[in-house]
Amino acid sequence: MKYRILAATISALLFLSSAGPALALDGEPYIHDPSTVLECDGKYYTWGTGGSGLVSDDGWTWHSGARVQAGAAPDLIHIGDRYYMAYASSDGGLGGGHASTIRVKWSKTLDPSSPDYAWNDDHVVASSDGIEDCDAIDPGFLLDPTTGRLWVTYGTYFGFIRIVELDPKTGHHLDGNKPVNIAIDCEATDPIYHDGWYYLFGTHGTCCDGANSTYNIRVGRSKSVTGPYLDNLGNDMIKGGGKLVAAASGRFVGLGHFGLMDLGDGVEKFSCHYEADLDRGGRSVLDIRPLLWKDGWPVGGDNFKEGIYEIQSERSGYALELAVDFVRMAGSRGGFGGFGGRGRGGAPGGTNAPSGTNAPGGSGFGGGFGGRGPVGPVTPIPAQSLAEVSSNWPASNLDVRLGDFMNRPQQKWMISAVTNATGFPGSPCFKITIAGTDRALAATADAEMSVVPEFTGAPEQLWRIDQLTDGTYRIMPKVVTNSMEPLVLTAVGYSTPTLAKFDPNIDKSRWNFKTP
Amino acid sequence: MKMLHNIVILAFGVLAVLAFQVSSSAQDGPAPGAAPGGPAGAAVSGRAGRGSTPDHPHSLAPYFTPATSSPKSPDADGFLQRWLLLEPINKPNRGNTVFTDSYIRNAFNAEYFPGQFNIVPHDGDKVTVADHELAWHELDSDLFNVKLFRFADGVNKPTYGVIFWAVTVVNSPQEIKNVRLAVGSNSASMWWLNGQEAVILSGDRRMVMDDCVSKRLTLHQGRNVIRGAVINGPGMSDFCVRFIDENGQPVKGITLEP
Repeated sequence: MKYRILAATISALLFLSSAGPALALDGEPYIHDPSTVLECDGKYYTWGTGGSGLVSDDGWTWHSGARVQAGAAPDLIHIGDRYYMAYASSDGGLGGGHASTIRVKWSKTLDPSSPDYAWNDDHVVASSDGIEDCDAIDPGFLLDPTTGRLWVTYGTYFGFIRIVELDPKTGHHLDGNKPVNIAIDCEATDPIYHDGWYYLFGTHGTCCDGANSTYNIRVGRSKSVTGPYLDNLGNDMIKGGGKLVAAASGRFVGLGHFGLMDLGDGVEKFSCHYEADLDRGGRSVLDIRPLLWKDGWPVGGDNFKEGIYEIQSERSGYALELAVDFVRMAGSRGGFGGFGGRGRGGAPGGTNAPSGTNAPGGSGFGGGFGGRGPVGPVTPIPAQSLAEVSSNWPASNLDVRLGDFMNRPQQKWMISAVTNATGFPGSPCFKITIAGTDRALAATADAEMSVVPEFTGAPEQLWRIDQLTDGTYRIMPKVVTNSMEPLVLTAVGYSTPTLAKFDPNIDKSRWNFKTP
Repeated sequence: MKMLHNIVILAFGVLAVLAFQVSSSAQDGPAPGAAPGGPAGAAVSGRAGRGSTPDHPHSLAPYFTPATSSPKSPDADGFLQRWLLLEPINKPNRGNTVFTDSYIRNAFNAEYFPGQFNIVPHDGDKVTVADHELAWHELDSDLFNVKLFRFADGVNKPTYGVIFWAVTVVNSPQEIKNVRLAVGSNSASMWWLNGQEAVILSGDRRMVMDDCVSKRLTLHQGRNVIRGAVINGPGMSDFCVRFIDENGQPVKGITLEP
């Protein structure tokens, strides 16, 4: 036990000064220009330029998947019982000619092991002749939820980004529909609908330059699917406008090719690639990150970083803590500067003031508070240590509650990735332990929580952390024994945490992670 | 001269502070650190009850009325307003900083009077605690909360440095599962449902509705006994209790026995 505590303490110390780096997807997520990630029969799929595919059982660990003929930067959409793929067939792109076509085909499944896996009806829906102001590559689907109409955008830096309408029943170009120019100076566009607006995401900057790629994702919005799409400055994307959504950060360079993953219940993520993951030799990799919304604009969130945190209820503002005795620390009377010299108040009543002086009258304590400052040296009070508070903690399971955050050891949680367990789209599972110990937060069979003495990796000790669109987090155990539905960390009342069904419309299941 | 002036002012200041502290000590009970748990620690303390004066009439009104002989429903928000309250037990504490979980459990696990953990008293029943005879009062609070400070003052008993015991009987027409006992109290408290610990509120707390909430409980069809203990040093003792469902809404259809 002592060695485990020592090991846990050392691990905690490594994280004490700051949170760790963002976690990259696990496995071999190597891809360029990934399509929107789709789920099919419990697995996640995406395809990239050249037809290379990736597949994942959980959205966290990715491996090579089936190859398809997919040209440049395909996109995927699921409509009814069909999975449509749009891709470009081009005679060279930026390095060559610009005569290209956007093609669409469909399959009943994305699982290549299924007998229903077959790509059908491969046909052209848009094209560019190599001279006009457009290069028909990089398609992006939109099925308008308000009208049921199907659209595809396409184009790159050569000329305009265009949008054209398709028949949602067949994926064919709708007769008589003419392409509309909607943007310039970008590629890999992807339109979505959100809360009354159409948003056009486009990738700006330079592609294909490894660690020096300036690729970034920007957006404009419109009340009409055919534009004009304006950015936050009111500038039209057809004049180069676009509000930044996400760009390079940390060890990841050249972010591009937005694809929306709406996981429901207020959890939205987006897929993208990095031109260069510096920790993976600068190779191009897939990532899945939270999508936030602020003032009607999408913002690229960051994947959760391991570290020591206060876990704060968005509802009550109180912090998750062990239900143990509060231990007082030194410094309960720091004083107001002590007695000294002339403070406020002066001599009481003035009656005893030496005659002939202008001693201030009125009541008060002569010399009182607010004098010249603290008496004696000012020395910092050290933070309370784990050893000071934990000696009386029972060795058995402990309850948790919510309380005023006082930066005390029983309130500081180390959150670290569990690498040998399944994860979730864009994220591993985490263990949540009291910093400096191996005491781990766990779900109980009666849908409450307990802190067990030692992390064992049991499913009820594994936690999924999703950032919600408002920037707060949903925290849920991987498993709650006896529960047929997923339950999440929830504040009931002001000071009591429990596990309950998630309701995206209220704040009781929303949490913040704050660095102590 | 100037130095003498400063010395004089300083001396007056020190004297004034000392006078204030002596005055405070006279109002408070014994020094903190009185052993928790057990009637042996229940010395005379707190602001002793004083006889009514025109300036300080002791009355339970307008906070309480005697319980009627009819069942009482919770109020519109589900708060339970009918309680059997025991006149306060002396438990001196100069401050409330001692109310850790351990302290409270020790304080409330001690037996102050026979049958303390299972008695369902009646109005007027008496118990003896450390040579003090204390009576149970069956009262309906006129507010959502139960102002124990006003109760103690109204029966002319100590208001500070005290423990209050409270009992009520909830009648449910059918078994109701997955309810939670939601409590706010000033200051710390513990609550039991049908003899089982339901919720503990530790620390120096303010009375906040739904402050602490129990795990999921089951109300039996028929009688359910809620028992609570509230401890306070120099504060305005108070509590509020209700049952809430999985959605945080008050449980309906229950009544409090006369």
